[in-house]
Amino acid sequence: MAHAKNHDYHILNPSIWPLFSAGAAFVMLFGAVFWMHGVTPWLFWAGFIALLYTMWGWWGETIAEDAAGDHTPVVVIGLRYGFILFIMSEVMFFFAWFWSAIKHFMYPMQDYFGTEYVQPEIYAIDPLHLPLINTLVLLLSGCAVTWAHHALVHGNDRKAMVQGLAIGIALGIIFTGLQAFEYAELILHKDWTFGGDIFYSNFFMATGFHGFHVLVGSIFLIVCLVRVMKGAFTAERHVGFEAAAWYWHFVDVVWLFLFFAVYLWGLSTVG
Amino acid sequence: MADAAIHGHEHEDQRGFFTRWFMSTNHKDIGILYLFVSAFVGFISVAFTVYMRLELMEPGVQYMCLEGARMFASSAECTPNGHLWNVLITAHGILMMFFVVIPALFGGFGNYFMPLQIGAPDMAFPRMNNLSFWLYVAGTSLAVCSVLAPGGNNQLGSGVGWVLYPPLSTLEGGLSLDLAIFAVHVSGASSILGAINMITTFLNMRAPGMTLFKVPLFAWSIFVTSWLILLSLPVLAGAITMLLMDRNFGFGFFDPAAGGDPVLYQHILWFFGHPEVYIIILPGFGIISHVIATFSRKPIFGYLPMVLAIIAIGVLGFVVWAHHMYTVGMSLNQQAYFMIATMVIAVPTGVKVFSWIATMWGGSIEFKTPMLWALGFLFLFTVGGVTGIVLSQAAVDRYYHDTYYVVAHFHYVMSLGAVFAIFAGIYFYLGKMSGRQYPEWAGKLHFWMMFIGANLTFFPQHFLGRQGMPRRYIDYPEAYAFWNYVSTWGAFLSFASFLFFFGVMFYTLTRGARVTQNNYWNEYADTLEWTLPSPPPEHTFEQLPKREDWDKGHAH
Repeated sequence: MAHAKNHDYHILNPSIWPLFSAGAAFVMLFGAVFWMHGVTPWLFWAGFIALLYTMWGWWGETIAEDAAGDHTPVVVIGLRYGFILFIMSEVMFFFAWFWSAIKHFMYPMQDYFGTEYVQPEIYAIDPLHLPLINTLVLLLSGCAVTWAHHALVHGNDRKAMVQGLAIGIALGIIFTGLQAFEYAELILHKDWTFGGDIFYSNFFMATGFHGFHVLVGSIFLIVCLVRVMKGAFTAERHVGFEAAAWYWHFVDVVWLFLFFAVYLWGLSTVG
Repeated sequence: MADAAIHGHEHEDQRGFFTRWFMSTNHKDIGILYLFVSAFVGFISVAFTVYMRLELMEPGVQYMCLEGARMFASSAECTPNGHLWNVLITAHGILMMFFVVIPALFGGFGNYFMPLQIGAPDMAFPRMNNLSFWLYVAGTSLAVCSVLAPGGNNQLGSGVGWVLYPPLSTLEGGLSLDLAIFAVHVSGASSILGAINMITTFLNMRAPGMTLFKVPLFAWSIFVTSWLILLSLPVLAGAITMLLMDRNFGFGFFDPAAGGDPVLYQHILWFFGHPEVYIIILPGFGIISHVIATFSRKPIFGYLPMVLAIIAIGVLGFVVWAHHMYTVGMSLNQQAYFMIATMVIAVPTGVKVFSWIATMWGGSIEFKTPMLWALGFLFLFTVGGVTGIVLSQAAVDRYYHDTYYVVAHFHYVMSLGAVFAIFAGIYFYLGKMSGRQYPEWAGKLHFWMMFIGANLTFFPQHFLGRQGMPRRYIDYPEAYAFWNYVSTWGAFLSFASFLFFFGVMFYTLTRGARVTQNNYWNEYADTLEWTLPSPPPEHTFEQLPKREDWDKGHAH
């Protein structure tokens, strides 16, 4: 029999999830290689579904542990550290796309001595139309989430919190929709392609990766909304919601940098 | 006593085998898993190199033939199979960098001893800790699949070098390289999750009263390493994602015909790659500090400068990357900057080396096996560091770039630096982890075989590099024959010592002498892990340690 623990840290029971999810990741990526080489898409989807199942099960377990009181104040501090560090690593992921984009804006290949590259005609979208509207949509969404946070912390106003979150999520979905509209317009009518030119590559990689993060952040907020409606979170204890809000603001800030770098600066180098 | 639980009766472990090793949330068990798997992968990777050295033993191609790879030279016709050679150097690099040294030092020793040294009952996120381990296994599996999958030149495996430079890597056909890219992605995710875990544990779970500058040096080295991983590995993930896009979705990041730039890949890769070499060596620095202090019977000289030097090396590691690429056509100003910045790193590294020497100075030195490895480390790492200073000069690098001089240099810091630190750690902590002690003569024999073997392998490669022998070739002219022959015999001796090491481990774990004391070295092994029984019980520090358990008045 284990001895009584005399500290506030969280000692976990053995769990199958890590092994299961690593196996799922292996199957998914192996399947992705098969898919990319035209063998079969099914292995990828099998791994992907297994991974989704893990997220459901694992994070469900985490929420249950929280409800059981395992998340003492010191554990909550640890969770916050962990999430901030995760966001820092994500920032460094974007660093690579910004590096590539800014390098090509500052030192385009056509300026190199002896190059045979000629930049093709690229349709330049006006950054101050749809992209600016999108910027405002995403920033407003961030404001709405902050409103929800405020409502929770000051006075535990559940109704205002649900409203704020719902508006934040709706604006996030509108952002994704507008972005999809822009992609469709550019690809279908303005002859933009993924490759063909480095400008397109940088544009789609950076905005696409950001879009993926918007999607993840939206799901994170939706989970929080469902939990709020089921009565989770208090003014003092809401680390899950706090993490979602941080993540959302991170997505916001990355977008601001994208807007200035890729849209304002980048589009001024073409067209 | 640190842990009330260890008094009285032996703790009975009631977990089943599967529960304990496959569903673990225990930092000590996960550390052991890391060590075992990295030893296994290390064996594969070393076997590859021995085969490569066999091929390089004599001029001409005798073993890696298109007619089929041979173990013994024969008079049958042999058409050189350069692809096989390229696959082996690529696999050796990728496996050693991502799947052997980081998992052993950071995953293995870091997991096991960092929480113990700071008096934490476990890691901050014990379940995620196990995810790191299994993602490492998944990544290893993808890497092994990559070697066996259809690749370039209508053969198996990808032969583009571990740095995966385009255009070679964007043009190589087959599934193999995509699997390698995902292998690196997964191992990166594993390391990043591990780093998040380590940083959080270090910041949030230190024993009461243990302020930052009272933390033992090994824990500090793991902390700084974690930051390097956290901030550099995602950038690598970005670089190889771009490769993946170029290869499979028609993107043009590195294709000059589309306005892309292959040199950009080199910049982004080395922005990760240089911190990576410090990720590999820093935990070794930590282990060496404890070993030298223990067997000199003196507290470590200059604890605070040692900590600050680790931090300085970590920070400087991020601003020197382009010294790996002096020959790509950078401006003179850029080359001058990277040259000076690189040489600055010699200062904090010198602080560490001289502090180790000063620790031994006037100490009562005991040449036990871990100390031999630590002394070997000190000597050989310094040799590797000095050749590094030579290579850091852009003008000199014109001549040494991509020669065997570079190969000799980085094997001196890694194969003889990091790997010696791993062995020092294993012999130092084996009794603590397993409860059984290795036979001293065997450890010493292993050390001398490896020390002589590794020097015999790599020291002549300096001469080869100075003669102008380029790296990454399956064959060479007659002029290079002598030192290649010597080098190969060194590789055989090192490999023999590695096999002997496995024998020693097997003997020790099955019938080595039982360890009865908590601290089987001396009172200068004064960090918290030495207050625990050997092996420690399933749960340690259920009663958090008191200050007098770890604060010995002098710095650690």
